[in-house]
Amino acid sequence: MADTTYERQNPAFYALLAVLIFMSIGPVLILLVNSLKLDVDITSGAGGLLFMPTIRNYETALCDILWYEPDHVRFCTIRFGGAFINSIIIALVSTALTLIFGTMAAYALVRFRFMGRDSLSLSTLAVRMIPPAVLLVPVFGLWNNAFCIDDDGVVGGFIRDVFGGRGDVCLAGTHSGIILIYVAMNLPFVIWILQSFIVQVPRSLEEAARVDGAGPFQVFFLVVLPLIKPGLAAAAIFTFRIAWNEYLLASALADRDTMTVPILIVNNASEFDGLGTIMATGMLLAIPPILFTLFASRQIITGMTAGAVKG
Amino acid sequence: MNRQNVNRLTPFLFVAPAALVMILALFYPIGYMIWGSFRDWDPSQSITETEFIGLANYSRLLVDPAFQESFWVTLVFAFTVVSVEMVLGVGLALLLDRNIRGMSVLRTLFILPMMIAPVVVGLVWRYMFHQTYGTFNRFLEAVGLPTVDWLGQNPLLSVIIADVWQWTPFIFILSLAALQSLPRSALEAAQIDGASAWQQVVHIKLPLMMPVLIVTMLLRLIDAFKVLEVILVLTGGGPGLSTEILALRIARTAREFRELGEAAAMSNYLLMLLMVLTLGMFAFTRWQEARARRLRFTAEEEG
Repeated sequence: MADTTYERQNPAFYALLAVLIFMSIGPVLILLVNSLKLDVDITSGAGGLLFMPTIRNYETALCDILWYEPDHVRFCTIRFGGAFINSIIIALVSTALTLIFGTMAAYALVRFRFMGRDSLSLSTLAVRMIPPAVLLVPVFGLWNNAFCIDDDGVVGGFIRDVFGGRGDVCLAGTHSGIILIYVAMNLPFVIWILQSFIVQVPRSLEEAARVDGAGPFQVFFLVVLPLIKPGLAAAAIFTFRIAWNEYLLASALADRDTMTVPILIVNNASEFDGLGTIMATGMLLAIPPILFTLFASRQIITGMTAGAVKG
Repeated sequence: MNRQNVNRLTPFLFVAPAALVMILALFYPIGYMIWGSFRDWDPSQSITETEFIGLANYSRLLVDPAFQESFWVTLVFAFTVVSVEMVLGVGLALLLDRNIRGMSVLRTLFILPMMIAPVVVGLVWRYMFHQTYGTFNRFLEAVGLPTVDWLGQNPLLSVIIADVWQWTPFIFILSLAALQSLPRSALEAAQIDGASAWQQVVHIKLPLMMPVLIVTMLLRLIDAFKVLEVILVLTGGGPGLSTEILALRIARTAREFRELGEAAAMSNYLLMLLMVLTLGMFAFTRWQEARARRLRFTAEEEG
């Protein structure tokens, strides 16, 4: 039975393929369709694809940054726009910092022998398993108490003016507080993935650059970095994804002004009447990951396999 | 500073930023939490003012039925999703490991569930599971079957289904990569010897894939203990405690009940569990590497 089907591709495989594709994007399509429906259409029995698409939900969600006032919005309660900007700042800054610090550390771990190298590499591996929930308690305690600067000091005032936050300047409630924990959380994974890419950079290239008089930092930035671009792309996508999607720690640290989109979704998810609006918000949050998937799936798969196969 | 000194310091300069951030925001907090787990700690006090109570938090948890329940829910959830995902993911990879047009489309779109925010995944699945207007019940109604109260009567099953949807692709993609990197020679030899497709799978493909599969499984298992947001949005841990996994229980203990000491002790139990799994993974990869080296050595001697 098997040998013939191996040669000729059985139509059943195409059918299976189609079913799988449908299953993996089905829920996303449902999200998209519902975000374009009025609440009445979502909950009414009729359902299906027979409805008038509307962008009302998106207008409601984005009411605080729209340049016009939609008629149907009486109170601008959801304030998606502000949360969206917080999410972007936090995700971009933490991705950039994680990549810079992570690449440098990975390079040192691969290329240099130095005191503490093994323990560092081992601890990077070990902390990969720490769940965010375990960090919740200490982060909540520390960011609100130990990591605070008195608000009468010069430094404290400066930080508050630049980053925002509450009266007494604690890391909790600021963008930097959330960024700090995201960078720390993502570093182990990024270091791990990039190591496997840096190992493949031929040493001779680096030595040639060194003979030409380049210092270690020049070698790193001008020779090594350009060669590990695929690894950097994968690492960047993974870091961005976690920083963009994370809910738990952000919800413990953020206040009203630094709230991110996932927090907004969880806070409003149980409200029955805003079903369409919350779907629209979810769709907006899902757009960057969808774009990554469509345009960088190869890098994502490379990163995933590099992260696992070397276990 | 002379040239010699610069050279010796270079590695530390490269490592310093990452090490500093990780010490400040990972190791210090973990130590702080372990210290706090021995104290009667609530968020209104500074931790230094709290009372040292030894192992009281830990022992109280051991006899706490809610903690026991959530511990079991966590174990059942993690082991069920990982087994189902392994069977489905590996099975699909074996089935679809061939040149079909559209395969790359599937691989691309299969990543989607993993990339989307867990809170959004929870949101969509909560809609689909809804008793009256949810997708599943509408479908059941349309084909004339009785509807199911997904989140009310079968909450754990519903949560498991959503996780299987989200993470089976992970196993699929890694197994497919493993399959495609198998040595061609072994497969061709088997084909020439007339092994059936089933025999090839059982005697050649699966054994050769095993190292990767075990690491994949352990990675997924560790991740399954981290799941939180999907369940939070889907069921909120309820009804009752039926889907309250440990991560959720920790969050609730800390934020609703404001028992930081107890939440810290709970976190440490979870950490210990994951530590065992991680050590298992390390031990396995080390053993695997040693075995591979030995095999290569013998092969070279014979050749």
